[in-house]
Amino acid sequence: MPPALSAPDTLFVLISTALVLLMTPALALFYGGLVRAKSILNTMMMSLVAVSVVGLLWAALGYSLAFSEGITAIGGLDFVGMRGIGLEPRDATATIPHLLFFGYQGTFAIITAALISGAIVERMRFSAYVAFLAAWTLLVYAPVAHWVWGGGWMHKLGILDFAGGTVVHITAGVAAWIAAVMVGPRRDHGRRAMLPHNVPMMLTGAALLWFGWFGFNGGSALAVNGTAVQASINTMLAPMSALAVWVFLEYRRNGRATAVGAGTALVVGLVAITPACGFVSPLSALAIGALTAIPCHFVILARPRTKLDDSLDVLGAHGTGGAVGALLTGVFCSTAWGGPAGLLEGEPRQLALQLLGVVAAIAWTALATWGILSVIRLFTPLRVAARDEALGVDVSEHGEEGYTDGEGAVLVLETTR
Amino acid sequence: MKLIVAVIRPEKLSEVLESLYRADVRGLTVSHAQGHGGETEPVETYRGITVKMELQKKVRLEIGVSEAFVQRTIDAIVAGARTGDVGDGKIFVLPVERIVRIRTGEEDTQAVTPVPQAEEP
Repeated sequence: MPPALSAPDTLFVLISTALVLLMTPALALFYGGLVRAKSILNTMMMSLVAVSVVGLLWAALGYSLAFSEGITAIGGLDFVGMRGIGLEPRDATATIPHLLFFGYQGTFAIITAALISGAIVERMRFSAYVAFLAAWTLLVYAPVAHWVWGGGWMHKLGILDFAGGTVVHITAGVAAWIAAVMVGPRRDHGRRAMLPHNVPMMLTGAALLWFGWFGFNGGSALAVNGTAVQASINTMLAPMSALAVWVFLEYRRNGRATAVGAGTALVVGLVAITPACGFVSPLSALAIGALTAIPCHFVILARPRTKLDDSLDVLGAHGTGGAVGALLTGVFCSTAWGGPAGLLEGEPRQLALQLLGVVAAIAWTALATWGILSVIRLFTPLRVAARDEALGVDVSEHGEEGYTDGEGAVLVLETTR
Repeated sequence: MKLIVAVIRPEKLSEVLESLYRADVRGLTVSHAQGHGGETEPVETYRGITVKMELQKKVRLEIGVSEAFVQRTIDAIVAGARTGDVGDGKIFVLPVERIVRIRTGEEDTQAVTPVPQAEEP
């Protein structure tokens, strides 16, 4: 049967691609609002530069390693340099142009790498970070994407990950954890209060992330069909219950609901439903959002009391939310909603598979992230000098300030012509 | 009675506050200021326009103290604010003619002697 393009499917994934690409600048706003004013530009730049570095590598090599036929652990080299990626569907079951699939998947690789930056804000050297992003995309993201979506071993075993709970959020969360340990905590960590400098900006970012997530989850159906509707509405529902539970937990503890907590809860709900959204009922989506909020809430509560300066809680929100969501996928997946039978339908097998997937993703990500940073550390320090950290990485790494009235700035005119 | 005015690095404010607290110096005023203390000016670039930032962000502390507290206040500020690099700041000690505590009308040394912490209602 010759491959047939579908106009509605193509339009839908085109829009979804733009939506997911928007999530990276949205993440820049989210993270940027959470750091101190002296570090906002560096924090936002770490997300923005991922668009370029990861995007370019995706085109050069990453896509091929993830999605061309290879061995079960990693893809081949068929699509290196975008060779062979045209306007025809990629196989007999696809209904959108291969080029569109390539672009859509690229936006996932970009946001995943950018997520890690939340763990090492305000002290990592920008050049070391860029080197890390490049290596990590090829050595962690591409293989794990191949395992799950590119026909690799997780796919063959039947491990479920609809839109990236394992591929995106577990890998980013675990990499963030390892990176925070290896780069080391900020000098002020545990000694001084470090407050978010612009909470409205963080909430704007959270809103845009939610908006973009409809493309992330809904678009992962790759077609205009019932699954796309199911995934999209589940994406709407899960953050609602996550926010309700989170606010309740805060209220019980402090007698107040916080805006930063609500913004965090939205993201946690979105992370939780990501692996499950195409396999579970809308009611289950509400349950997954609510249930995942509880462990994430307590991890994020406990983390600042430890030595681990995962500054913006990537492990707590994305790592924990991704792992719990992946496991709950095995509990709630339903034959009536496009999945295999889960634990609630009396079938423990899927939960065991999900656990295997989670453990394997954590193990490989931790090992490879450690390896990458160990090598980079041989060539260049991972963090800025103490004085630059005190002054702020915006000035030291970028020679700019996020907020300046320009008083005392003297124009330097070079005499080049 | 003296008014102690100190200009320090903003990133050292927390440490200075902590060391003042340990020295039992309580009443103070903090304001954000800009200034220049001879340090190298950072160079910044905006769309190809290079600028030299001649004024640095600084924090100014003003503390009215009785004679007995002058030296320990100075010591506490120096201990908290010193990095050893140019731009650590200055401490100025000024004579004060008169001090009035607004709440009670107490004057001079009485006015800068901390009251025992009142019980919160």
